[in-house]
Amino acid sequence: MNPYELSGADLDALREFGNIGAGHAATALSVLLGGVVRMSVTDARLCRFAEVVDVVGGSDAMVVAVYIRIDGEIAGSMFVVLSLESADRLVNGLIPGRQPGEPYGELEYSALGEVGNILSGAYVAAISDLCGFRMAQSIPAVAIDMAAALLDIGLMFGSGEDNEVLLISTRLMHGGREVQAHFFLLPDFESAPKLFDTLRGQMPSG
Amino acid sequence: MGIAEGALLCGPGRLVTTGLGSCVGVVIYDPTVEVAGLVHVMLPASPSAETKAPQKYADTAIDWLVGELVRAGASPERFVAKYAGGAQMFQGVRMEALRIGERNVEAVAQELAARGIPVIGRDVGGHQGRTIGFELPSCALTIRTARGETRVL
Repeated sequence: MNPYELSGADLDALREFGNIGAGHAATALSVLLGGVVRMSVTDARLCRFAEVVDVVGGSDAMVVAVYIRIDGEIAGSMFVVLSLESADRLVNGLIPGRQPGEPYGELEYSALGEVGNILSGAYVAAISDLCGFRMAQSIPAVAIDMAAALLDIGLMFGSGEDNEVLLISTRLMHGGREVQAHFFLLPDFESAPKLFDTLRGQMPSG
Repeated sequence: MGIAEGALLCGPGRLVTTGLGSCVGVVIYDPTVEVAGLVHVMLPASPSAETKAPQKYADTAIDWLVGELVRAGASPERFVAKYAGGAQMFQGVRMEALRIGERNVEAVAQELAARGIPVIGRDVGGHQGRTIGFELPSCALTIRTARGETRVL
């Protein structure tokens, strides 16, 4: 059976789940950066592969991505994806004295990794509290390359033979629209039934 | 051509797939009749031989490609292959999940060898994404990385 046969109520529950996680992540980011961090409404849907990379500008768009692997009762891939401009503004905000446009060194990579770590940590803590899952996150890995090349591992683990993944995505914005980050959670294909069982159990009208 | 898809080219033209990370783009062609095919392989092995997505897995993708090429008039004894991809995009973290590129490359090499298809060019591994294009009649496989490097096999 395809675990991805989903009703509208399932997707609503998933959206709410993502909203709670992203809300905590946004709060954590505003503590780190100072100022207001706003978030978009969380989108949760079943996507063809191409739609996932289209969200961040297409398969060969250059992006910065932080990858965090989630293991435990629910496993999945988390990505924080930023445009090159947003990433540059973000590291300028975090590293005192850095000149905009300087090439990235160890310091920039570790600052970006730390942002990924803080965001995913807040997100994971919020949803594991909510659902009672035991979840552990890996240390973050940072890379700059073509969007499709960076996201493909998430697509591998998230899809069955229908070549579709469950994408839970939220956009976080700091300042005006200076720093925009896409926050992606792609549950592993094998984790989807358990995730939905839990969500259905929690939604009284489910 | 997208992730986990496959396509065929008969006569002059170009097959392109963008943003290969840990995936492997495999081209098999028959230079004499100018028939070529490309698959964007995502994982080393299919869950079953009757998979609905044969282009996605190294084993079934190569079978699918061979079948399509023969149907288009190509001859298996003239088949040759070129492939590229299988990078580890995220470095510095020891995570089995991130080694999938390497495993994809091993699987592609094995599956081609098992079918006796000679490999005349490959560009694999490393830590960079690749966009590849294969052209007929030149049979050139062009590989471009995000940093603007270009290689031709």
